[in-house]
Amino acid sequence: MARLAHVPVVVASRDVGALDCPRHTALVRVTHWITTVSFVALLVSGVAILIAQPGLYWGETGFYGDPSLINLHLTQNEHHSGWGRSLHFLAAWVCVLTGLLYAVSGLLTRHFRDNLAPDKAELAWRPIRRVLWNHLRLKRPGEDESRRYNVVQRLSYLAVVFVLFPLMIQTGVAMSPAVVSVLPALVSVWGGHQSARTIHFFVMNLLILFLIVHIAMVGLAGFRTRTRAMITGRNTAGKEHL
Amino acid sequence: MSTLLTRRKMIRSAIAAMGTLSASGVAAYLANRYGLVPPDHGGLYGVGETLTYAAHRVLLSRHPLAREFSRSQISKNFPAFGTTLPRVLDYVQQMADGFEDWRLPVDGLVERPYAFSLAELQEFPPRTQVTEHICEEGWSAIGEWTGAPLSRVLNAVGVLPEAKYVVFECVDNDWGSLDMADAWHPQTLLAYGMNGGDLPVPHGAPVRLRVERQLGYKSLKYLSRITVTDSVKNIGKGMGGADPEAGYSWYAGI
Repeated sequence: MARLAHVPVVVASRDVGALDCPRHTALVRVTHWITTVSFVALLVSGVAILIAQPGLYWGETGFYGDPSLINLHLTQNEHHSGWGRSLHFLAAWVCVLTGLLYAVSGLLTRHFRDNLAPDKAELAWRPIRRVLWNHLRLKRPGEDESRRYNVVQRLSYLAVVFVLFPLMIQTGVAMSPAVVSVLPALVSVWGGHQSARTIHFFVMNLLILFLIVHIAMVGLAGFRTRTRAMITGRNTAGKEHL
Repeated sequence: MSTLLTRRKMIRSAIAAMGTLSASGVAAYLANRYGLVPPDHGGLYGVGETLTYAAHRVLLSRHPLAREFSRSQISKNFPAFGTTLPRVLDYVQQMADGFEDWRLPVDGLVERPYAFSLAELQEFPPRTQVTEHICEEGWSAIGEWTGAPLSRVLNAVGVLPEAKYVVFECVDNDWGSLDMADAWHPQTLLAYGMNGGDLPVPHGAPVRLRVERQLGYKSLKYLSRITVTDSVKNIGKGMGGADPEAGYSWYAGI
């Protein structure tokens, strides 16, 4: 708080207000970082499993010599799938349970409705194009803009939470011979086991793309203040001194 | 006021902590009581193994069948991995004799231990199924398997009520185990036939296990002994198989 003594009173009072009304709720912050850790674990272990068979196939079955959809040209190595699988499913449990907590609380606290659902007026080509154009020329968001999520941000977060992660879980579960014995439709909707595996891979690529853009945008908006906001909840937007 | 809030917060946290502790205590008791803890439950990864195994045992409590396919979907290219010819003198001699002298002892917690010949296993009403073999590496292939359902063989020797696991030993020193849910499952076969012919040597002749709701490595090849037991704690490292000792999950339903 000593830091505040040097800044104008107006800003100081706003800062105190921000403490009472944090940028991110505790639940969003905690689930964000648990998801981050489990996502990194899922990514690393997923690659460890993938390199045991770097070919991707379409349909029910696939093995070397069968026509593959994509050969990733990774060096085949089957010695990492043991710990890879153990870490993958441990991290998957953490990720799924955290995601459930986030989704249920997001519905109950109206987080999705208030903070993520875009306004109807924003769902037009012009505002979306403006945001994209500002991002592409790396224009740093102003203080007003950084107080609320913009339309592209909202749509990306909604896509990650309600499309990509659910698809990842669905295609992951569809590869389980035990689970599909209960509900064969889980895998037959994709046309077979290998199709589910291939889609699991492609959705992972979309999530990596999101992660790269997400980190780049956090960097653009001010890496330290934004990361601090996601850790402490304090909204110090527009006061970045980097 | 601030001390009041702090105290209230502390009490709330304490209640939450006690609730979590007692809930996990109850969960641990129930998991043990209903056999929801796998033999490789130790360590950090053991948490994931236990969650998956317990969830699947609840989810599969009605013992659904693994997916079956039509004969036209059988893979022309069905790979044989791991051991493809056990370099064991007894085995090579048995193979030369068409496995006439081969015997499969079934012992442990059974009323009538017995060593079955291949012909005797073939006298049980057989089951033929076209299933997908899903390897932990990521590949999969469809094959047709014919064999004696393990449940019929277990009934023939009379399993004692305290049985919890069935342990399988192999000619090539591989070994593994199943819980009773998978041991009694109708698709769990002692398979002696593949794609309409005798089981080929690279695929585990004369008799291999088929466990269709788990990954391929649970379907052990070259069976040499079956032992019914109430615990796998004193076998090897106590993790229920060579696979978990090498870092692969004992329960491989996912």
